[in-house]
Amino acid sequence: MKIYLKVWRQKDASAKGELVDYTMESVEGDMSFLEMLDILNEDLIAKGEIPVEFDHDCREGICGTCSLQINGRPHGPDRLITACQLHMRSFKDGDTIVIEPFRAKAFPVVKDLIVDRTSFERIQQAGGFISVNTSGQPVDANAIPIEKEFADKAFNAATCIGCGACVAACKNASAMLFTSAKVSQFALLPQGKVEAVERVQNMVRQMDLEGFGNCTNTGACEIECPKGISLENIARMNREYLSASLKG
Amino acid sequence: MNSNIPSGPLADKWTKHKNEINLVNPANKRNIDIIVVGTGLAGGSAAATLAELGYNVKTFCYQDSPRRAHSIAAQGGINAAKNYQGDGDSNYRLFYDTVKGGDYRSREANVYRLAEVSSNIIDQCVSQGVPFAREYGGLLDNRSFGGVLVSRTFYAKGQTGQQLLLGAYAAMNRQIHRGKIKSYTRHEMLDLVMVDGKARGIIARDLVSGKIERHSAHAVVIASGGYGNLFFLSTYCMGANVMAAWRTHRRGAFFANPCFTQIHPTCIPVSGEHQSKLTLMSESLRNDGRIWVPKKIEDAVAIREGKLKPTELKEEDRDYYLERRYPAFGNLVPRDVASRAAKERCDAGFGVNKTGEAVFLDFDAAIMRYGREKALTSGIKEADNTLIRKLGEEVVEAKYGNLFQMYEKIVDENPYKTPMMIYPAVHYTMGGLWVDYNLQTTIPGCYAAGEANFSDHGANRLGASALMQGLADGYFVLPYTIGDYLADDIRTGPIPTDSKEFDEVEKEVLERINKLMSAKGKHSVDYYHKKLGKIMWNKCGMSRNAKELQEAMTEISELRKDFWENVRVPGTADTKNQELEKAGKVADFLEIGELFAKDALERNESCGGHFREEYQTPEGEALRDDENYKFVSAWEYKGEPKDAVLHKENLVYENIELKTRSYK
Amino acid sequence: MSTVIKSSIARKVVMALSGLFLVFFLALHVTINFTSVVSPDLFNTWSHFMGYNGLVQYIMQPILIAGVIVHFVMGIVLEIQNNKARTVKYVKYKGGDNASWVSRNMIVTGLVVLAFLGLHFYDFWVHEMTYKYIESSPEDPTRYYEETVMKFAPMWRTLLYVVSFVLLSLHLWHGFASSFQSMGFNNKYTPVLKKFTQAYAIVVPLVFIFIAVYHHFNPISH
Repeated sequence: MKIYLKVWRQKDASAKGELVDYTMESVEGDMSFLEMLDILNEDLIAKGEIPVEFDHDCREGICGTCSLQINGRPHGPDRLITACQLHMRSFKDGDTIVIEPFRAKAFPVVKDLIVDRTSFERIQQAGGFISVNTSGQPVDANAIPIEKEFADKAFNAATCIGCGACVAACKNASAMLFTSAKVSQFALLPQGKVEAVERVQNMVRQMDLEGFGNCTNTGACEIECPKGISLENIARMNREYLSASLKG
Repeated sequence: MNSNIPSGPLADKWTKHKNEINLVNPANKRNIDIIVVGTGLAGGSAAATLAELGYNVKTFCYQDSPRRAHSIAAQGGINAAKNYQGDGDSNYRLFYDTVKGGDYRSREANVYRLAEVSSNIIDQCVSQGVPFAREYGGLLDNRSFGGVLVSRTFYAKGQTGQQLLLGAYAAMNRQIHRGKIKSYTRHEMLDLVMVDGKARGIIARDLVSGKIERHSAHAVVIASGGYGNLFFLSTYCMGANVMAAWRTHRRGAFFANPCFTQIHPTCIPVSGEHQSKLTLMSESLRNDGRIWVPKKIEDAVAIREGKLKPTELKEEDRDYYLERRYPAFGNLVPRDVASRAAKERCDAGFGVNKTGEAVFLDFDAAIMRYGREKALTSGIKEADNTLIRKLGEEVVEAKYGNLFQMYEKIVDENPYKTPMMIYPAVHYTMGGLWVDYNLQTTIPGCYAAGEANFSDHGANRLGASALMQGLADGYFVLPYTIGDYLADDIRTGPIPTDSKEFDEVEKEVLERINKLMSAKGKHSVDYYHKKLGKIMWNKCGMSRNAKELQEAMTEISELRKDFWENVRVPGTADTKNQELEKAGKVADFLEIGELFAKDALERNESCGGHFREEYQTPEGEALRDDENYKFVSAWEYKGEPKDAVLHKENLVYENIELKTRSYK
Repeated sequence: MSTVIKSSIARKVVMALSGLFLVFFLALHVTINFTSVVSPDLFNTWSHFMGYNGLVQYIMQPILIAGVIVHFVMGIVLEIQNNKARTVKYVKYKGGDNASWVSRNMIVTGLVVLAFLGLHFYDFWVHEMTYKYIESSPEDPTRYYEETVMKFAPMWRTLLYVVSFVLLSLHLWHGFASSFQSMGFNNKYTPVLKKFTQAYAIVVPLVFIFIAVYHHFNPISH
């Protein structure tokens, strides 16, 4: 099939970007979206042009590196997948596809479709851990039984791959779903409860400092999250934050 | 080759060693810098632990976050000899299974240590908040994996790797927060710098600005993963490369067993020329899926041409070849055995997809079995087949739902209704930098951990052992053993980066980049990478022979020459340039590929993942030669890969009797 | 405490609490208004009580006004902040694919309701203040019903009220349920609660509309 692309090209962080048109003559349905971009790049290199830079790595939907806004939605039209898992069979012959980087003040563009998500790093560094020594001799793993319900909920929160689709989808570029997934994972487990107060305060403070927007509960993040992280986590973080503020 | 294995009984070696090695006191650790290259399970856990001990750590990863290292993609699980299931597991049994699984080509003392610390890994990870799967009683759940007769695999649904890596990453974050780790993301190590024969730093490139940077340290840890991407198509992430390890090898570290590669049996088959990578589905699928091809070749042809549906084929017309050949282990034979058996059937013309390179993985029997069980336990007395099937599909969905969904997304077929198609793909490299018992390479001060070293898996790795080894190296081995070396460095002071050694290496690095940028040829980097991949897959893949290995060496050497003359790298070096990054990686693959073939050619036996057609039993099983090849091949760099010099580390088995590996 | 108030979550909680307070006030308001349809006398009695009771006038009324101001000011502050969080906008953005129009346009519905409040204050509150404190007119417990019905005589005002109530309904549709999420309430009762809030978002404005339309078509005949 024939596909028309409009791809965001931007030389570097300070340059002004624009959408550039490309036509892909023979795209197959079995190709993944990123393989389609590979072919575009091979064509560009053959023509002596500069290929399109985009972030990608595992290409199986788990590393969270790919960060494409495809036709106005993070990771494209299908649900519960990342851009690397999107296949061209989701498009029709003659379709025009607009490809932009994830946009947020806290995700500045590095080049073309690549954005800088180190703001996420700093949020996690602010408190996304349990202060236990890795070189120590901790207690036996089965010494603390954890109710399956909480273990499963903690796992579901922990499935976040840190791709930033929640921020990209949110009309306010809010990072609440990401931050709350981290807060929830630890808040649900007995191991994490000890530091719960400082953790939520520190992580929310960092999240605000990074310049993400506020949550207005539109729910777009939950819909676009490739791992289906639930809004319950945001409510849990709100709860954790309020009780932390009251305590300290 | 001195592997520095401590003396004494096997079970006491590690404790004894820890008691005897030198320590660095806490005040002195503050004056010592360590560079860790790679932030996967091994690098991440090592960095966190070293920083926690008090060393100043710098980590380097090419990804935009340490959390994205490809350890994240491991689905199935992590082994530990906890014996929570009470099925007779023990450190010895885990040790024994691993050595046997590796076809007796790994080092006893290392593997025993691995089994010994395995339990501690689970304790450690649980205390970090890693959400392992649990039973209703709140205790940890286990499942079984290939090549093993006990249930010792801990898992977190289909993403054990991600959860473990996030644990290590969280531990890193804690140290970054404390200022003990400086994390350099989107950075790539381009070379190792040695001062007075010791590893003292690296040259790295900031991938965003293109700036070449000098970083010094008292020791360098290479934890940059494996080199399976030299096959082009593999289950590795796109960015995985051998640059850090290969550059270290070129500076003097020996490279061990490069030809030991794992080909994983349950991957989604190749769909076309456009394919950029292969997707693996967890080995846990083999717990319930039955692997088969048609018995009659005409049925296979009909299925390939779309004239016959697999579900229409009668039971007696199906060949469950693993169950037929290996009745004891059946579908749960080790990966190398399962992969080779699939290739054997497909080569014989029984392949079931368009390309003839796929076999079926069928859940029908499991669905019906679970369905009947569920009907009984739910008190449904007279369930018909439709209801049983429905109940069974629900059970299978609960167990493997995410994998089935992933398969359907990629292949566009519903695996509940029609059997999955699978084919082996390159997945892991057991070979890597040679290290001694302390994980030190042949360069003093240069260590290697995780997949980047060769140590524990011999000629074949068992499922759920990679995560175990990565974390064992990083959390529990390296942080102790590195102190033994660093104890001599407490008076050294900071290593200056303005020395002539740094000048020279940086100059070489810049020359190499200039050379890549100035070759204004016709072909893209991927063109060469794909060509190399084809040579590797066809001539150094699941089965090898002397003639083709020789051809491969020549072809790779010629391809390398062509590459340096004719590769086209667009853009400039002073900016983000993914093509330049790829070019550097492929240049190294073009060297290690040749050494790979040379190593395979040199090893005149079949063992584990290394199958030489000349050395097989009449039934087509691997024929090992313990008389002549019971050693680790450690290669020393001498310019061209074909000129590499072989050093042998003889493997001594004092606690295990060498047997022909049998899964019958 | 000041850092807490600057945090995004605390601000959201302020929005939620002030919103819930206004929702509660709406219930009161609609109940009293509805009596105007049922019994003019009852309406007059209640209105007079509200207009001259000290507690209502000097405690509750300022709190209500403060609630409106806080909700409005915080809403604007958050909106400005949210706009700043994405400096470069998408060329193509399909917000409708993953979130409802109402949830994405609270500022629009909110501003319309605010504009309506301006008119509403002018119509009733300013009128009351003038009557009581500027003109110092005498207490008249029977005047309210007639004054109210008279307001709905002009078609334009009735229409404006109706349109505003529709937008109020939209604002409530998202805002009421959302306030619970902001305060951390999301559990197994949430689906039921959400149904209730949505019923509320429809019923209350509908009753207001009914009252306005009713009085428009049932003028007092002298």
